[in-house]
Amino acid sequence: MSFFPLVAEAAQSSRQGKVLIGPVDLILDGRGTTVVIGPNGSGKTSLLRLLHGAARLTGGQIRWACSREEAQHEMAFVFQRPVMLRRSVLDNIAYPLLVRGVRRSEAMQQARDWAARIGLGAMLERQATVLSGGEQQKLALARALITKPKLLFLDEPCAALDGRSVKEIETILGQAKTDGTALIMTTHDMGQARRLADDIVFLLKGKVHEQSPAKQFFETPRTEEAQAFLRGDILE
Amino acid sequence: MIDIFDGLIHAFWLVVTLDADLVEISLRSLQVTLTALVISSAIAMPLAAFLAVRRFRFRRFVIAVLNALMGLPPVVVGLIVYVFLSRSGPLGVLGLLFTPTAMVIAQTIIIIPLIASVAHQSLRDLWQEYHDLLISMNVSQTQKIKTLIWDARRALLTAALAGFGRGIGEVGAILIVGGNIDHATRVLTTAIALETGKGEFALALALGFVLIGLSIGVNLLIHSLSRTEREGRW
Ligand SMILES: Nc1ncnc2c1ncn2[C@@H]1O[C@H](COP(=O)(O)OP(=O)(O)O)[C@@H](O)[C@H]1O
Ligand SMILES: [Mg+2]
Repeated sequence: MSFFPLVAEAAQSSRQGKVLIGPVDLILDGRGTTVVIGPNGSGKTSLLRLLHGAARLTGGQIRWACSREEAQHEMAFVFQRPVMLRRSVLDNIAYPLLVRGVRRSEAMQQARDWAARIGLGAMLERQATVLSGGEQQKLALARALITKPKLLFLDEPCAALDGRSVKEIETILGQAKTDGTALIMTTHDMGQARRLADDIVFLLKGKVHEQSPAKQFFETPRTEEAQAFLRGDILE
Repeated sequence: MIDIFDGLIHAFWLVVTLDADLVEISLRSLQVTLTALVISSAIAMPLAAFLAVRRFRFRRFVIAVLNALMGLPPVVVGLIVYVFLSRSGPLGVLGLLFTPTAMVIAQTIIIIPLIASVAHQSLRDLWQEYHDLLISMNVSQTQKIKTLIWDARRALLTAALAGFGRGIGEVGAILIVGGNIDHATRVLTTAIALETGKGEFALALALGFVLIGLSIGVNLLIHSLSRTEREGRW
């Protein structure tokens, strides 16, 4: 079943009369990693929520190559602050499979494999809520990837993490990409954007200000605002 | 003074020797309240989870009603159940008045709002935590409710124990609908009221000991449960 392209046409999300993001025209073809950057409050989180369907669409439309219901099953979301179910590490990772009706033994086996892949193999029975920030975010990643989504949304996945955790998470993301999961993520870490991005979406005041291949964006940004942002100037 | 002292000793003796009447009454109390507890939990907990997860127009109203019902005087519940079950009442043909079943019905009605209210608070907090994740996973409404109930199971057990405490110590409603009939509907609280009235302090005190023992036991259980919960051991 094909999922891509994901097409947003004049898509917009507002809340109590205030436009959070949009109107946005955007096409994701599922090749590689799209990194969304922009100043604080420019609408990065809102854009991800809009494309994922978590935010209410108040204008325009979002389409996939498949129906909306099918698309919902092909997407996963990792939040800036990971949400841990009050269960063991193993039960957390297996959860998405179990709610999809995968047999328990099968789900547990896959969850064990994933726990080993992300380096949590030795703490399967531990309560997820007592893990460190980095461990929780890795768990959240495994839990999102275990359903083999076509598209993974990540909202500042490394915002509060130390260097080693960031590196581990980027490695997992690299593997996910190899396994055929496209990524769309936000970050305020320009180093990370350079390391991971194939495409850049630069947001300003709730609108897509510039969208280009990463190499081009970093080497020859077209707009003055993008140049200023890359220099580290503070944009309103 | 001597009377009370004698009574205490006699009461103690009744408990230690497992006096037949005492045992019968205690077991009936447990049977009635535990049955009511199981039924109330089966109704109140899914209801609480539903109220936490689902937004609908009268949600606030239903929650307010539940909280108000928590303070409903048991005697009034007893009266209403009595009216429904009495021979000329709408459910009179069932012939349930003055049976343990009538007592279970009354206790169920008394316990449901308490369990639902306490459970709703914990489930609502948990839902706030889980909301974004479960929505992002496209989890169905029933699965949401199951997940919340399972992950809040310790808090729910505490709610159930609070319900048990309320039921086992309740006297007004079950006296009205049960009638305190010897060997049929006599339970700890109604027996205590009767024996005290008759001046039979020994049996009354012995029954009181059992009741106190049950209450303390339940409270210790609640306490140790909330401790292991914080440690995340189960
Ligand atoms: N739930 C909300 N209600 C009202 N305004 C919001 C809400 N969430 C975000 N906003 C506003 O929408 C704008 C975009 O926010 P956000 O998408 O979080 O930006 P970013 O992730 O780039 O920092 C900001 O002005 C923010 O204050
Ligand atoms: Mg954000």
